[in-house]
Amino acid sequence: MSAIEQLKRDSQRLRGSLRESLADPVTGALAEPDTVLLKFHGSYQQDDRDLRDERRRSKLEPAYQFMIRTRTPGGVVSAGQWLKLDAIARTFGNGTLRLTTRQAFQFHGVIKRELKTTLQALNAALIDSVAACGDVNRNVLVAANPLLPAVHAKVQQQAVALSEQFLPRSRAYYEIWLDAEKLADSGSEDEPLYGPAYLPRKFKIAFAVPPINDVDVFAHDLGFTAIIEGGTLRGYNVSVGGGMGASHGDPETYPRLADVIGFVEPAQVQALAEAVLTCQRDWGNRVLRKRARLKYTIDDRGLDVFAAEVQRRAGFALAPARPVVFAHSGDRFGWVEGEHGAGNLTLRLRAGRIADQPGAMHLSGLRAIAVLHPGSFRLTPNQNLIVAQVPAALRARIDALVAEHGLDRYRRDSALAVRAMACVALPTCSLAMAEAERYLPEFSAALEQVLARHGLLDAPILLRISGCPNGCSRPYLGEIALIGKGPGRYNLHLAADALGQRLNRLYRENLDQAGILAALDPLLARYAGERESGEGFGDFLLRAGVMQSSQTAADIEATHEPT
Amino acid sequence: MSALAIAKTAPPLSAAHTEQLAQLLAGLDSAGLLWASGFAAGLAHARGDAVPALTTHPLEAIGQRLTVLYGSQTGNAQRIAHRLAARAEAAGVPVRLLRADAYPLRELKDERLLYVVISTQGDGDPPEDALGFVEFLQGRKAPRLDQLAFAVLGLGDSSYPQFCAVGRLLDQRLADLGGTRLFACAEADLDSDAVAVPWLDQAQAKAEERLRQESQRATVTPLRRAPPAAAIASREQPALVELLANQRISGRDSSRDVRHIELSLTGSGLTYQPGDALGVWPHNDAGLVTRILDALALDGERVLSHGEHSLPLRQWLSERRELTRLSRGLIAAHAARAGSAELDALLADGEAVRGWLVEHQVLDLIQRWPAVWSAQELVAALPALTPRLYSIASSQAEVGDEAHLTVALVQEQRAGEDRFGAASHYLAQQPEGARLGVFIEANARFRLPADPDRDVIMIGPGTGVAPFRGFVQQRAVAGGQGRNWLLFGARRFRDDFYYQREWQQALQDGHLDRLDLAFSRDGGERVYVQQRLLEHGQAVCEWLHNGAHLYVCGAVAMGKDVHQALLVLLTAHAGHSGEQAEAYLRDLQQHGRYARDLY
Repeated sequence: MSAIEQLKRDSQRLRGSLRESLADPVTGALAEPDTVLLKFHGSYQQDDRDLRDERRRSKLEPAYQFMIRTRTPGGVVSAGQWLKLDAIARTFGNGTLRLTTRQAFQFHGVIKRELKTTLQALNAALIDSVAACGDVNRNVLVAANPLLPAVHAKVQQQAVALSEQFLPRSRAYYEIWLDAEKLADSGSEDEPLYGPAYLPRKFKIAFAVPPINDVDVFAHDLGFTAIIEGGTLRGYNVSVGGGMGASHGDPETYPRLADVIGFVEPAQVQALAEAVLTCQRDWGNRVLRKRARLKYTIDDRGLDVFAAEVQRRAGFALAPARPVVFAHSGDRFGWVEGEHGAGNLTLRLRAGRIADQPGAMHLSGLRAIAVLHPGSFRLTPNQNLIVAQVPAALRARIDALVAEHGLDRYRRDSALAVRAMACVALPTCSLAMAEAERYLPEFSAALEQVLARHGLLDAPILLRISGCPNGCSRPYLGEIALIGKGPGRYNLHLAADALGQRLNRLYRENLDQAGILAALDPLLARYAGERESGEGFGDFLLRAGVMQSSQTAADIEATHEPT
Repeated sequence: MSALAIAKTAPPLSAAHTEQLAQLLAGLDSAGLLWASGFAAGLAHARGDAVPALTTHPLEAIGQRLTVLYGSQTGNAQRIAHRLAARAEAAGVPVRLLRADAYPLRELKDERLLYVVISTQGDGDPPEDALGFVEFLQGRKAPRLDQLAFAVLGLGDSSYPQFCAVGRLLDQRLADLGGTRLFACAEADLDSDAVAVPWLDQAQAKAEERLRQESQRATVTPLRRAPPAAAIASREQPALVELLANQRISGRDSSRDVRHIELSLTGSGLTYQPGDALGVWPHNDAGLVTRILDALALDGERVLSHGEHSLPLRQWLSERRELTRLSRGLIAAHAARAGSAELDALLADGEAVRGWLVEHQVLDLIQRWPAVWSAQELVAALPALTPRLYSIASSQAEVGDEAHLTVALVQEQRAGEDRFGAASHYLAQQPEGARLGVFIEANARFRLPADPDRDVIMIGPGTGVAPFRGFVQQRAVAGGQGRNWLLFGARRFRDDFYYQREWQQALQDGHLDRLDLAFSRDGGERVYVQQRLLEHGQAVCEWLHNGAHLYVCGAVAMGKDVHQALLVLLTAHAGHSGEQAEAYLRDLQQHGRYARDLY
């Protein structure tokens, strides 16, 4: 059993010595075991890695700080909640809000002695961070597609229900952060769903609404793809065993796309999801943590065996999957008509970061919009933002605020830049091996020059950058992906399909920027000259024989092209 | 002389020896007596071991010799008193030299000639070794002193409001009690020799004059071992040591630039105990020297002779003269040249000029009120540069031939220009490998308990934490059972927790048993170490009753607040009345269990 398994079991339902760690005035950090448990409360201990060495020389401990991630299924918040989140970012965080690829808000830079106050402020906004990280069901994704409001509402409802259903029953969060009273069973609460050791690893669920696969539905442990017939939600195709994370140079780990195992009706969703989750709970690998995700359980046991067990547990048989066609995995920027004359405005936010910078006062601008606007905000799985349900009368004023605060990037960015994603990486993420979010502007600009040279500025190439191989920005689904290897160095992956249905593959290892551009230049030149109408870069690379297909991709890290 | 008469002098002899001595002396004439006295003194000197300060003396002898009394915090008053005693002794004047807390108060009424050299701390307080003496003089038990002739030399720092207040107070009180003031009380600034040397001349002359008249009778000349020559010489002739490290230890967002400085003592012959201070002879900032030369339109290369030295003016200003501290005397001299009504008015208002000189430097003075100075006049008027003392932040038990310092850079902006503290700026500018003139200033009043099993409570906010780094290092090596409790405070946890990693390690290793922290600018209420002390008052009392030694290092104001907090917690937790608490602390102080190093 891995050490973390024991720690979870001994944690008194996720309490550990968190209280003592928080009260220790000598350090801004938690005791090491508590850093593991804190994740289940939706927070990571981090430190400002830019300052790490400087502070070591100054005989000071690292600049410890905490990231807090919200549990916001489908990424939907009211304008009132937005204002409270904005205030938290400015009061307790580093003055920025970060929208994640899982439709959560992240606060960065919260210090230990303000962690509790911050979570209380979050609670006052009727938002929590329970299980936003940790070996539990994470924030549930929902397609942000605003084209079908009725369907979206229904899917969103199911996602929220699942999120609630899969909350841990431990009251640790409420006792530690919100001063809830201790009860007789505190520390030994019954966890009927999870058991005392929770899941072997994180568990991710996403709901897609075709024809847009903005959630990358096959990148999650459990996916539901809505089947809409005649404008009505009939049910979902079920996919299992997706996951992005891998380790460099370890063929036992790899990204994997989910397999579709059948169709369920809306009423069967909760039972099916519980069957998948409990099966992974019982069958998942608790000895080897790197092999603990559902994708490995399925590969180890066999998909058929797993699907049969799921159906046995659910108590019903899955119907055959229905045909689905996805058009793309991006967002639809700008205004889209909704119901009753309301409109939805999708804004581009680079890498999901909302900050105030000269010429780009995004935090202030969105605050102004939230003050004006009675509706809601919806985070997209591509780190962008929808100002939803805007009455027609307000559109002009919101457009003015958007322009005034530089929030009109969706009009100005290149086809490449407007689609690109990057995880946070340095300086806060402890896993990062290279820059991602901070590198995205520089790299996009450099790549745009190459694209311009080949007349490809309008080509909607999907670029994803990740600071490490764990895959928060779902890099293995980028047509071009940089996966951090070391400072300034990346593995270059190519030829995913931009639909979320085909993984990319490693093309060149350990390149610096010049190396990446040099590797891409001839490929882009060929693409410019040889592409067929509407053919994506990734698809072209396959057709041209530059890359081999890798549909299931178990060999993604193991096989590379000679370099 | 009978055995009884000798016994009245309470000699450090057995009864049998007293008897034998009486018999021997009875047979000698004056010449024989003098010879025997000198012979015995020579024997004692030859042995070379430490001679304890004499605390009892023949009553008959008191009137026939000079008593030099000093109260010293940083060692300056002690140094000058030593010089006076040495000069008197060399001139054949019988003299005894005593630290104020070693002075037998009951003998005061019999004194005929008394010189007092005493410094003033912070807000007009006596140095700790003179607390009891000053209290006694001010109290109702103070005797009439009609036969006493006296003179007082006060030392101080004119940037403090109560400059030389203790010296003046003693001078007035001795006169009030009937003493005859031989000459006026002198008040020496940081540049103490400017005032002290003339005072010493006068004091020596007066002593010779008076005691020559009365020295017909034989007396017991107290033996005083000369202070180790090196200790005094090194101040004037500092050792050149190499700087090994100059590392900022305040975080990048701190409002203060605090440096950890490591010096190599290898080959310097310097050694120290935890608690000692290191004296640093700074050089003034080259830019500052140039600005002053420019402001006065003086040629820095011109060689000037003053006193024993001939140096270019630039070197005088950089290495020999105070440019960062103003004195009232210099302002007066400048006013005489400036002819400014504004400056004259400022000078006339004692309170105002004090405030002004604390806030400003020489450059501010000459920039604001231009005046003409000749190079010669300037060098004569500027106070001599004095070394700066820093509590040593290391123990040789841990760092061997190194001495570490914790130095806060004193830096302000005035009218767009930087103003620096001379030594902190000098130190902060030094690269690794630079050589600095330094010496050790022993601080016998700030010592760890000899017994490593004793507990210690260390209160050291800000850079006041420096000596406690040395203490903890020393105690870790000594390995006793005594517990170590540190109370540290500063502005912000993140940027001002000096030596944070080391304290964390010490806690983990059991070399530090308790660490309480107070950060004043972390939001919410401002919390200082004295609040933490009060919060843990019960524990403080328990530790003290268990024999703990208590140390306070840092700013004068903090020392006062901590003292007040101690009184409060002793009243609250130990059942003391206010007066009892005072007495308790005084008792701790006198037994070396409550030591303070305040600046």
